[in-house]
Amino acid sequence: MEKRVEKFAAIRAALSFPLTTIQYAVSQPIQFIDTLKTALSSHKKLQQENSQLRTEQLLLKTKLQRLIAVESENNYLKALFQSSQKIKSKSLIAEVMAVSSEPFIHQLVLNKGGRDGVYVGQSVLDANGVMGQVTQIGPHTSRVLLINDSSSGVAVQSGRNGMRAVAIGDTYDSRMKLKFVPHTADVKAGDIFITSGLGGRYPAGYPVGVVSLVDRDASHQFATVYLEPSAQLSSSRQVLLIWHRTNA
Amino acid sequence: MRNWIAVYSTLIIALILTLLPMPGVTVWMRPAWVLMVLIFWAMTMPDIVNIGTAWLAGLVVDLLTGTMLGEHALAYTVVIFFVSHMHLRLIMYPLFQQAICILFFTMGYQFLIYSIQGVIGEPPATRLYWLSSLTSMFLWPWLFILMRDCRRRFITL
Repeated sequence: MEKRVEKFAAIRAALSFPLTTIQYAVSQPIQFIDTLKTALSSHKKLQQENSQLRTEQLLLKTKLQRLIAVESENNYLKALFQSSQKIKSKSLIAEVMAVSSEPFIHQLVLNKGGRDGVYVGQSVLDANGVMGQVTQIGPHTSRVLLINDSSSGVAVQSGRNGMRAVAIGDTYDSRMKLKFVPHTADVKAGDIFITSGLGGRYPAGYPVGVVSLVDRDASHQFATVYLEPSAQLSSSRQVLLIWHRTNA
Repeated sequence: MRNWIAVYSTLIIALILTLLPMPGVTVWMRPAWVLMVLIFWAMTMPDIVNIGTAWLAGLVVDLLTGTMLGEHALAYTVVIFFVSHMHLRLIMYPLFQQAICILFFTMGYQFLIYSIQGVIGEPPATRLYWLSSLTSMFLWPWLFILMRDCRRRFITL
């Protein structure tokens, strides 16, 4: 009922607004302790981390140089095909609040909300891949449904051969399953699955997960394929919210 | 007035403990803080904490933990109904027996949440889910003594 009726979203947002104080009251001290920890870590360790980050940045920058060329070429080709899809989109960095949800639902609370322009259905990414989508928004916070929740589904595509499937969350542990994959499909462990953009929710081309196990048990109608999410769903502190609307 | 302040401040502390992040497997061991606090007040001050309070507290928990609106509210309401029905008997029990009762109450609460989750999606798949009842039971005597002492100090009857 609550999920079906749209008006309920507004009521829920209004009700949850005064409760953000409690969420901040829990989250702020923990984040303070974290910053204190980094402040107290040794000089040598910081130097080490710094040099490591520098080399990483160098590597990424060189990769980026190539990417810029590829992107412009891609945009040019797409313009030739008169495709309306654009690669560049607006984005915003949000922080994951240190509040916990019920352990059997996979959700996160972010410190950005409706006042920052966040909308329901927005995709959330971290440095390694897709994390999930925004399902509820308050004025200053928003709730993200992670891709490994049982009520989440992502339209995916194999990076190796373009095979399309739907990845749904598996409640038992933090991984995903591919739905309706025939026994004869060309999937093997180690395949990377990326978003296909077909569902209209997630933008195309972001990594979702890596196949960890393929079970072609003939007694089942479809093959069981398990995906290990690429994004660090339980340990990411900062996430990226991206504005993406097809044909917008 | 002081009674109200005491009740609501303990409920807020329980909410904060509910939201506190816990590492690894221990998330499953989190006691049902809000329910335990509600049960304590429903036992000792049934004129202030009744089914209505339980319902409101449940709504707040639903909003804070991201479950469907009304899920915890229903579960708390049902449990507090039984608690306030037998509060005169419960308060006479020795602590050990009270803890056993708490085990049954939290199991009932967890069973309701489990069933609602099963209807709207998938129920929690791991058996660790039921650990929360056990930790609630083991924690009850200490929580009871602590809250009883607080109550004696702050509340005027």
